[in-house]
Amino acid sequence: MEFESVIGLEVHVQLKTKSKAFCSCPNEFGRQPNTNVCPTCLGMPGALPVLNEMVAKMAVRAGLAINCDIQNRSVFSRKNYFYPDMPKNYQITQFEFPVCLGGHMDLIQNKKRIGITRIHIEEDAGKLVHQGAEGVSGSTGSLVDLNRASVPLIEIVSEPDFRTAAEAREYFEMLHEIVMYIGVCDGNLEEGSLRCDANVSLRPVGQKEFGTRAEVKNLNSFRSVERAIQHEIKRQKLILLDGGTVVQETRHFDDATQTTHSLRGKADAHDYRYFPEPDLIPLVLSDAQIDEERQAMPELPLAKRKRYSSELGLSDFEVKVIIGDMDMNTYFEKANELLVTAKLSVTAKETAKWIVGDFNSFLKETSDDFGNTKVSPEELLSLLSLKEQGKISGKIAKDVLKQMIETGKTAKSIVDASGSTQISDEGALQSIVDDVLAANQAVVEKIKNGKTAAAGFLMGQVMKESKGRAKPDVVKDMILKSILG
Amino acid sequence: MSNDTTFKTAIESHKAIQNGDITAVSLAEETFKTIDSSDKSIKGFLSLMKEQALETAQEVDDKVKNGETLPTLAGVPIAVKDNMNVLGTKTTCGSNYLKNFESPYDATVITKLKQNKLVMVGKTNMDEFAMGSSTENSAFFSTKNPWDLTRAPGGSSGGSAAVVGAGQLPLSLGSDTGGSIRQPASFCGICGLKPTYGRVSRYGLVAFASSLDQIGPFTRTAEDAAHLMNVISGHDPMDATSLQDHVALGSTKQKNLSSQAVEDFTSNLNNDINGLKIGVPKELLGDAIDSGVKEKIQDMLSWFEKQGATWEEISIDSFNYAIPAYYILAPAEASSNLARYDGVRYGHREGNESSLRDMYKNARGNGFGAEVKRRIVLGTYVLSSGYYDAYYIKAQKVRTVIKQEFEQTFAKYDIVLTPTSPTPPFKLGENVDDPLAMYLSDIATASANLAGCPALSIPCGFSDGLPVGAQFIGPNFSESKLLNIAHIYQQSTGFHKETPVR
Repeated sequence: MEFESVIGLEVHVQLKTKSKAFCSCPNEFGRQPNTNVCPTCLGMPGALPVLNEMVAKMAVRAGLAINCDIQNRSVFSRKNYFYPDMPKNYQITQFEFPVCLGGHMDLIQNKKRIGITRIHIEEDAGKLVHQGAEGVSGSTGSLVDLNRASVPLIEIVSEPDFRTAAEAREYFEMLHEIVMYIGVCDGNLEEGSLRCDANVSLRPVGQKEFGTRAEVKNLNSFRSVERAIQHEIKRQKLILLDGGTVVQETRHFDDATQTTHSLRGKADAHDYRYFPEPDLIPLVLSDAQIDEERQAMPELPLAKRKRYSSELGLSDFEVKVIIGDMDMNTYFEKANELLVTAKLSVTAKETAKWIVGDFNSFLKETSDDFGNTKVSPEELLSLLSLKEQGKISGKIAKDVLKQMIETGKTAKSIVDASGSTQISDEGALQSIVDDVLAANQAVVEKIKNGKTAAAGFLMGQVMKESKGRAKPDVVKDMILKSILG
Repeated sequence: MSNDTTFKTAIESHKAIQNGDITAVSLAEETFKTIDSSDKSIKGFLSLMKEQALETAQEVDDKVKNGETLPTLAGVPIAVKDNMNVLGTKTTCGSNYLKNFESPYDATVITKLKQNKLVMVGKTNMDEFAMGSSTENSAFFSTKNPWDLTRAPGGSSGGSAAVVGAGQLPLSLGSDTGGSIRQPASFCGICGLKPTYGRVSRYGLVAFASSLDQIGPFTRTAEDAAHLMNVISGHDPMDATSLQDHVALGSTKQKNLSSQAVEDFTSNLNNDINGLKIGVPKELLGDAIDSGVKEKIQDMLSWFEKQGATWEEISIDSFNYAIPAYYILAPAEASSNLARYDGVRYGHREGNESSLRDMYKNARGNGFGAEVKRRIVLGTYVLSSGYYDAYYIKAQKVRTVIKQEFEQTFAKYDIVLTPTSPTPPFKLGENVDDPLAMYLSDIATASANLAGCPALSIPCGFSDGLPVGAQFIGPNFSESKLLNIAHIYQQSTGFHKETPVR
């Protein structure tokens, strides 16, 4: 029997607001445990939540970016269950009336439109640190760190529109890119800034009703989304082919074994006892407020891609690399803006080539990145201008760039100090040319006999003698003139 | 009596301090002396803050010496219900679970008391987590009614009501979720006001039922209540349900104040009440109401007639559903609000458990008393899937109808007048084994919480030597009007001046 897989994703996106969702504690990581806390996010008796406006703004921006219907009125609810990393033993979330409904996103490679069911706002929980073991089993005790408690999240719920693991992966990748580019998430997958739950079920091809689904929780890399779904499809298929039935349950994906295993079944499913959060008033957004967010929307990655390839003439590879690294992208955008305003003869294409190529690899060597490099876009452009004006060769430009990265000095000061500007003055070069010709009479003869291509060897010698400073086309002219008259 | 500071009003004491007739320190010392002698029998306090109180009193006296004008009620002793957080002091909520809990922050009302230099003398006894109507649900001890020590002071703010009723001090704060200020005010023969929902910040008030809880004053006089409201009310950015400051329509000062200004609750105290229209729900004059109570309410209505006010018997059908709806909504919210008491971060933790489940079980099972557990079970049940629509949603609909019926009533009448409690103070122990009978003592009060509107209780006479209270309910933001009516009543009657024999 042939099966069709039906997959839906729920993606939790950690918002990069300055403060937490319902109190004024900084939304920051890496501090000592339980220092980033206050009565509200600690769940102290009597403390109350107040919504951080930026959370609402970012949720709206995310909704607009994936074509959602922004709701003028949404309501916060309490999701009740006990867990030691949750200070109040309920999570403030949105249930019946979320902030966004009904959007969609178009997959580029898989050429498919994926429906978005809803986006809702919620708060994160803290973290448990188990002592003496990886997990709770075998540990001697568990400590609670509430620095992350009440950090704002949005949950983006898709329709069950995916049919393959690859589609799901592409969606997660695109969503990752979008939330980073619209400035609502830092996109740091290792730190869990985006986490994905996948609902997977199988049904015989042609059947309309969905099969029983299993939910795989907490996938935090592109690869694990793809692998977990692949494994889940395989697992369910084997069960069904064997005449068995899939159990509705929550499963965990083990990165080490690349398999999923059961966390809890339907019988253990929580009854969350949702009800409207009485400590918060409904979130009311006027059309004007929603419009304001629409006006402030930065260029989305899809539009950026189109512009880079059709307007700036970047190669597919360059587009991919420049969009894939936010810091590099910011750097490139700045440089591109500068070269337009300063009317430089350096092209965007040339700039992109350097940024994606040598600049990028030099930075990797020094473990720097485009966010913290000592070389400002202005300085990169003045280097490229020197090259464009013929003052330095491409090879020298590379060396100079390397020094700029290491020392933070300007292109001009490095070039001036090393005397490495190109020599185009024939008077200064004549003696070197004469010496090279005298030492290579055999080659000179070949040229005299019409093999002008052999001049390349002589040019190389002159360049070597001049330590790369001779301007190549000047040298070529001089060699040919000296031999052929 | 006039030289006895204990039964002086707050504003009299404040003026005496400002004028230099007495010092705040001497008043505080005398208050502690009174508490020392009389609280042995009343048992209203859970803890005292002598050192802090004397420090504040000294600051007030220094200001007077420097010729400074004191803020409202500065220097006056006040007691606070033990469910409001005061930085660095215990906040127990009358619960074993929080027996040793020390507050890491100040509630907004406490910040306001401190800013105004009121002298906070201690924290008062209460039903555990404000659940109860007699203060017998305190995990520590029962408070006694100052008029008859064998009787309950009411609840849940019984401690705060009893200490004012006993004349230990002129002011206290309570909280009212279904009648927890008004019913004990009635039982202890004093004035208690539940403000409009959102008028006083709930930040730092340990939640029982968030959509119903409201902090308010206990005083002997309506005038003192107006002054204390000036101190504690106002918009608070820390409480999302806090209302923007509001000047009630008809306020004489409205024209002089910007819309953001805080209302002066004393400005209307002396307004004429001639022409006042009063609605008296027949639902609250029926057989469920004690005849002695009904008689005093009738006396008060006759007094109103003499003042040129009119009253009519009306019917507010939804009053009959207020208690059932209240006992679904309040426990539902409570079951969630009290979930944080899990033994993880603070509170009761036995520490000898080998599993998380056992830790929760011991923390909550042994930390909470029977009534709290009863309501958590009730609330958890009504929110459970399959029951939510039948109970919670239905109760919310009743709540909406109650609001609408109040609105319709207030289109015709200025206030609704009822007995505050169906009975005079009952005997301690009388209702402890009958939760339903206990719940019914909120019958006249709970609807104001469900509707959100302000309501006040003042003494209107005595039945067999026990105080009887009358409740005025008004539309949202009508505190000023309620206080005005109560003040005029107190100008020509003497019930609020009666004191229990000590």
